[in-house]
Amino acid sequence: MMHSRSVEIWVGLFVAAGLAALFMLAMQVSNLSMLNDDAGYDVTARFENIGGLKVRSPVTMAGVRVGRVSHIGFDPQSFEAVVTLHISSAYDGLPGDTSANIFTAGLLGEQYVGLEPGGEEEVLRQGSEIMLTQSALVLEQLIGQFLFSKGAEGEAK
Amino acid sequence: MLNALQQLGRTALGFFERLGRGHILFYYLLLGIPSVLVRPRLLLQQLFSVGVLSLLIILVSGFFVGMVLGLQGYNTLVDFGAEESLGTVVALTLVRELGPVVTALLFAGRAGSALTAEIGLMKATEQLSGMEMMAVDPIKRVMAPRFLAGFISMPLLAAIFSAVGVIGGYFVGVGLLGVDEGAYWSQMQAKVDLHDDIYNGVIKSLVFGVVVTWIAIFEGNDAVPTSEGVSRATTRTVVHSSLAVLGLDFILTALMFGDN
Repeated sequence: MMHSRSVEIWVGLFVAAGLAALFMLAMQVSNLSMLNDDAGYDVTARFENIGGLKVRSPVTMAGVRVGRVSHIGFDPQSFEAVVTLHISSAYDGLPGDTSANIFTAGLLGEQYVGLEPGGEEEVLRQGSEIMLTQSALVLEQLIGQFLFSKGAEGEAK
Repeated sequence: MLNALQQLGRTALGFFERLGRGHILFYYLLLGIPSVLVRPRLLLQQLFSVGVLSLLIILVSGFFVGMVLGLQGYNTLVDFGAEESLGTVVALTLVRELGPVVTALLFAGRAGSALTAEIGLMKATEQLSGMEMMAVDPIKRVMAPRFLAGFISMPLLAAIFSAVGVIGGYFVGVGLLGVDEGAYWSQMQAKVDLHDDIYNGVIKSLVFGVVVTWIAIFEGNDAVPTSEGVSRATTRTVVHSSLAVLGLDFILTALMFGDN
């Protein structure tokens, strides 16, 4: 068996380098902060239309990420989308009348939920529902409205 | 006519026979793993020849693949004014696809062919029969350590490949082309997910490691014990394992990333 000691050292180096690379990928390349989100609370919000919102989309307040969308459901009675927002426990003082809007990051970017704080003393807790919501802007609807109003103007003249 | 039919039947039977032998060997390899753990020295030796000796080619090609990705990604993204996403492009391409796949292809060429040649020669020079005569199970003594070493080395090599590639992309994108350094890392961290991207990449490389080492060991064990047979077995290892890696990659990608 060739120099057993140097073989061991090389294998040790190899395994250490491999683990270090995995560690670097986990820490430096990926958003490990996702894991810390597990401690937190869920609130629901109902939207008429969620556009292109997806599970894991970010939830932000004042542009700062405070949580993520953890579940998207559909209420067959009211025909609304029920979105569950998972908010990190670090942000547990959000007022009860916080409103939720669906925004788009940039012109073609992904959609996210933006929260606007209200003024109530009561705070959001596990299971609370956000009552004030605004649906996603769907580009086709917007264009449709624009065309209709243009058409109405033309008839009035 | 009848002869042609007989030929076809013989080919098909031969194919299935090899497939069956391969699976039986796989089963015995798995059974042999506990006895490897009792003798870690054998495993260490194989980790050296399978893993450490593949390190150089992985490091160099990882760095160059990362640099090419940085350059190509930059040239495309700059048209859209989106060169800040270069980090995301490089990292996702490497972690999801190129890391595991290119590492597996290089691994098949570097380590797989060596495994086949080694085992094939052991068979041709009747070392394996000699072991059996001494009541030493060649599967436990020779093949299982190599199998386990391949299984352990592949994900480590793939991780090294991806990490070095990201650094290569950084070197070209930030160092040479002037992408903002903070944007490179922050966009990457915002878009690459630990579970969806990195774990799935590791799972891919584990699967590829098993498949490549399995094919290499099987071809070596199944080689016709002549010098020509060993050389054909070595060729078959590289061809078959490359095809298996590329085919499996599609299936794994469809399973992992298909639903979003």
